[in-house]
Amino acid sequence: MINKVVSNAEEAIRDIVDGVTIMLGGFGLCGIPENCINALVKKKIKNITCISNNAGVDDFGIGLLLKQHQVKKMISSYVGENAEFERQLLSGELEVELIPQGTLATRCMAAGYGMPAIFTPAGVGTEVAEGKEIRNFDGKDYLLEYAFNADFALVKAWKGDTAGNLIFRSTSRNFNPVMAMAGKITIAEVEELVEAGALNPDHIHTPGIYVHRIFQGENYEKRIEQVTVRKRD
Amino acid sequence: MLDKEGIAKRIAKEIKDGYYVNLGIGIPTLVANYIPEGINVVLQSENGLLGMGPFPFEGEEDADLINAGKQTITTLPGSSIFDSAMSFGMIRSQKVDLTILGAMEVSENGDIANWKIPGKMVKGMGGAMDLVASAKNIIVAMQHINKHGESKLLPNCTLPLTGIKCIKKIVTELAVLDILPEGGFKLLERAPGVTVEFIQQSTLGKLIVEGEIPEMKLD
Repeated sequence: MINKVVSNAEEAIRDIVDGVTIMLGGFGLCGIPENCINALVKKKIKNITCISNNAGVDDFGIGLLLKQHQVKKMISSYVGENAEFERQLLSGELEVELIPQGTLATRCMAAGYGMPAIFTPAGVGTEVAEGKEIRNFDGKDYLLEYAFNADFALVKAWKGDTAGNLIFRSTSRNFNPVMAMAGKITIAEVEELVEAGALNPDHIHTPGIYVHRIFQGENYEKRIEQVTVRKRD
Repeated sequence: MLDKEGIAKRIAKEIKDGYYVNLGIGIPTLVANYIPEGINVVLQSENGLLGMGPFPFEGEEDADLINAGKQTITTLPGSSIFDSAMSFGMIRSQKVDLTILGAMEVSENGDIANWKIPGKMVKGMGGAMDLVASAKNIIVAMQHINKHGESKLLPNCTLPLTGIKCIKKIVTELAVLDILPEGGFKLLERAPGVTVEFIQQSTLGKLIVEGEIPEMKLD
């Protein structure tokens, strides 16, 4: 059995250097690789290209990297929750490529499935289509979109085993499995790391072959962006 | 004239039994509160959930369980969870029956703009471009006129587009309208107390009025 365990986030990101392209799992602040982000902040890696659905909030998640001007370019679908992001974008300090959420997910998927490109109707006739090849299938136009090419994928799972197999919990799954498949090197941080054999193979969401390093994270804050509740009757 | 709740209430009447429905952020989210008794629908949240339930009881919120608006929610019996690629797979392959979303502008040929105001707002399109490009049935919930009385139903959108020739039905504070395949807003219903003349004045795009226009029934 190949053992993929590293001791912590610092060790996991040891070879991440300035100028890399990194995928970060999560939707909003749900299911983000908190430990790895904190390690990148501490190591002060610069000129990062981030592929992530969102950009965190001002003081959490990718927002922490933005605050230290570690991000050169963001590739995201929605960045509405971050004032510092908006400031850097409008001032031209930060390069931003906004792409449809399904296109983002599917470009990850394509990379993980070994396909160079996909065709999607999302963005046809909009500024997203500028400069892109269009093909018509059965009377409908589709854009050619390329698979992502990311040096690292940082993902967060609920449980993982020493062989790198991952199980996600609830909607914190989101982009994590497709990004795990897409990274040249995939680093998984998990809430609970168990021995190989302790997880039922039928329950695995991401097979260990896609995961190169795994560690049990600590001090998960799991911040909620919008607490919405109902009163008991 | 309808308030936001009224628009949501009117849209809820369009939902049919057995539908899988994706609700956008804002007024569309409110539609969930008015789905008629006896109508079974499954709400899809594009971050990876089918079978979105109500907000959790106080103290039971779960950071791992949110909707696409990043609000804490619950699951229901029969719910399922999946990744983002599959989520947009079911949207693109038209398994989701109905998409309800907001708009800043809609044009008389069915174009929609709802994601960007150049120089002012740069939040991103999220899943909206995927949804409008693929959904077979889209209802737009929007303000007919802005606070200066300017029409948002236009001959052509002025803001960057989200999708082209995709919108077929609109519910506003003033009216229910269809967009005809050949172009034009066909007036179907008036909001309570709103005259056809006022809707005419409030619609910059081509408005088609044929015969008597009934008032909406909300209950």
